[in-house]
Amino acid sequence: MSTLSLQHGWADAAMIAAIVIFATIGDVMIAAAMRAIGDLDDIKARRGLSGAILAVLGSPRFVFGVSFMALSFFSLLFALSHADLSLVAPASASLTFVTNAIAAKIFLHENVDSRRWLAAVLVCAGVTLMAL
Amino acid sequence: MTKSTMTFRRYVVLGVVAVTAPLGDFLLSIGMARVGPVSLSHLSTLIYALKTPQILLGIALLICFFSSYLASLSWADLTYVLPATSIGNVIVALLAHFGKHEHIPLTRWLGIILITAAVGFVTRGPSYTEIPKHHPELEVETR
Repeated sequence: MSTLSLQHGWADAAMIAAIVIFATIGDVMIAAAMRAIGDLDDIKARRGLSGAILAVLGSPRFVFGVSFMALSFFSLLFALSHADLSLVAPASASLTFVTNAIAAKIFLHENVDSRRWLAAVLVCAGVTLMAL
Repeated sequence: MTKSTMTFRRYVVLGVVAVTAPLGDFLLSIGMARVGPVSLSHLSTLIYALKTPQILLGIALLICFFSSYLASLSWADLTYVLPATSIGNVIVALLAHFGKHEHIPLTRWLGIILITAAVGFVTRGPSYTEIPKHHPELEVETR
């Protein structure tokens, strides 16, 4: 393998890693915000739709999470201008399923049992196959 | 520790999450193909893009997706919602096959089978983890 292609490989991996890391932080922060806010159906029943919207928008974790989702989106756009769509899109989408499962177990303390691990791995493989 | 919080209405919300995201993306891609390339020196083209029906419908669908996604995360785990809603990829592929008669190669059928199996696995299990009181970082922050 030439030095140039090796550098391209590392650059692609770094761009995909950035997309995956930002998306995972965004997803976990948003999930943490929604868990902290509580069941939106109950909030809507008590305080109406505007009350539910205010509860969501007033959460710093939600704003933080959306900011990271935006960073992930711009990283994707940047990566697409330098690497192939057929590599970046399926690699980032499928890896995000696995990193989300790991992050949800560590940071959200979700009970990720063997059923959920299997589902995450199957979706990861399925997304990759569908993009081939 | 885990429990099922799912009702028929909540399964419908997950269905909305699954379908609106890929359809919204699909409509945006059709709309942007009609608008053409947008350069940094002509960003006003993006304003024109907002007058394209496909883009408006795509944005409306993505707003539906995000609000349904937020609602679902308030009563189900992230590791339940993400695999359960990945069936949207399958729905779009099947629509392309049966609606537009697009050819689906064998690898894609295999991917469809794997995703469908994953959705079947995860949706038959509990949907929500009750967090013990000793995690103060997850306590209610907004009332």
